[in-house]
Amino acid sequence: MSGPVDEALIDAGRAAPAIRPAAEMTGRGGLRRVVITGAGTINALGHDVATTLEAFREGRCGITQLDFRDVDRLSIQIGGQVHDWTPETYFNRQQILLYDKFTQFTLLAAKQAVEQSGLHFQGALGLRSGVILGTAGGGLNTWDENYRAVYEEGKNRVHPFVVPKLMNNAAASHVSMEFGLRGPAFTVATACASSNHAMGLAFQMVRSGAADVMLSGGSEAMLCFGGVKAWEGLRVMSKDACRPFSANRNGMVQGEGAGVFVFEDYEHARARGAEILAEVVGFAMSSDAQDIVMPSAQGAERAITGAMVDAGLNREDIGYINAHGTGTAANDKTECAAVAHAFGHHADRLMMSSTKSMHGHLIGGTGAVELLACIMALRDGVIAPTIGYQEPDPECALDVVPNEAREAKVDAVLSNAFAFGGLNAVIALRRV
Amino acid sequence: MTDDITQRIRAIIAEQAMLDPDQITDEATPADLGIDSLGLVESIFAIEEEFDISIPFNANEPEKSEFDISNMGTIIAAVHRLVAEKAG
Repeated sequence: MSGPVDEALIDAGRAAPAIRPAAEMTGRGGLRRVVITGAGTINALGHDVATTLEAFREGRCGITQLDFRDVDRLSIQIGGQVHDWTPETYFNRQQILLYDKFTQFTLLAAKQAVEQSGLHFQGALGLRSGVILGTAGGGLNTWDENYRAVYEEGKNRVHPFVVPKLMNNAAASHVSMEFGLRGPAFTVATACASSNHAMGLAFQMVRSGAADVMLSGGSEAMLCFGGVKAWEGLRVMSKDACRPFSANRNGMVQGEGAGVFVFEDYEHARARGAEILAEVVGFAMSSDAQDIVMPSAQGAERAITGAMVDAGLNREDIGYINAHGTGTAANDKTECAAVAHAFGHHADRLMMSSTKSMHGHLIGGTGAVELLACIMALRDGVIAPTIGYQEPDPECALDVVPNEAREAKVDAVLSNAFAFGGLNAVIALRRV
Repeated sequence: MTDDITQRIRAIIAEQAMLDPDQITDEATPADLGIDSLGLVESIFAIEEEFDISIPFNANEPEKSEFDISNMGTIIAAVHRLVAEKAG
């Protein structure tokens, strides 16, 4: 130690993202409470939150025949593709040259979320705000297009922006630039759990006092020839529909899009009279440490239980779970076993649905779009259904809210994400 | 059946299972040979590459696939059919 800390350094530290004094914290264990004050999305069901929630209520399916170059060479030709996407509506020519589709989706969703929150990040708030996003494939369309140019078309030159376009952190960086978020900014890549890991970390940062506002969520734009061809190889894709928990399910269906949220310190939000969509109350992650593709019920259960413990919630408090629910044989039975074991008798009383049946599996962006169903359950008292459900499966014997949305008052919910590689991330939300 | 096609399939399965090709009997199921679901997907890919055929197989519903993977005998017979169909 070299004596007392310099006063000037303390002042600088107050301006920079750093732990704030415990006296300013109001939540459990001296931690701050974290609330969601903005939400944005684009996905196969719609280009904003309102349209997406309407589709959830109607049980509308956004999965259609895929439409892109060389789709005829794929054996899987369906997906939750974003329809009527015209980037020139939102971005100028120079921006389109610089933004891969996953960045475009992210920026649109982030803009909606920030507008709803009413926040402006000029000055001090920008220094105490950041962004953490999830994506698995990053600029996969950019990889695909440029590999095609150099390998198939034999070109020997690529556009100068290929690297800044395809890098996985491009979306997080552009969001930080767009809104002036000068605190922590990075990207998390944990396959299908990326968004949940990202949102969990953002929650922890606001809760600990490391930041006052964090934009978080994730995006994916993997629906291109190479992106779907790679998934075909695993032979876990359905050729006709995503039917989670139904005995006749035959695999997953890919989707694309983004979801972005504004996570804000509760006191900060209350002081400015912001509308609060929900409170983020818990997060837990675990690793199966077992198999690169086969999920483990024990690993999933530890994350589910961990999120409740972190939130200070009891099993009986949870009314709804947004399932990972991919529609594969392996995930759905493992997830149901994990939930049944984690909740005991209460498993028969809670509802659990998979909205992937409607928007497809957005891989690294999926947890973000699915968090919207959690917010809808808490705020509107409407539980999004699992559509395409046709036959009960004794290995998935939970109330999966088949085919039709249901009205129900729930006070606390969980959102599950279980990734290839055995990486699990579960978030808990509560009604405010 | 120990024709050329059969031998080539047995060699592929044997490599995946880390066994001797003689141990790949017609009665053996993939599980008997210690081949898990990912190993089976890998083996099917290797067979497709070897014979330049496309095998209809979905890991989510192996029992419903047109490609019968009950045991090595059914796999070998199905590959023979696909190779013959390809030859027209």
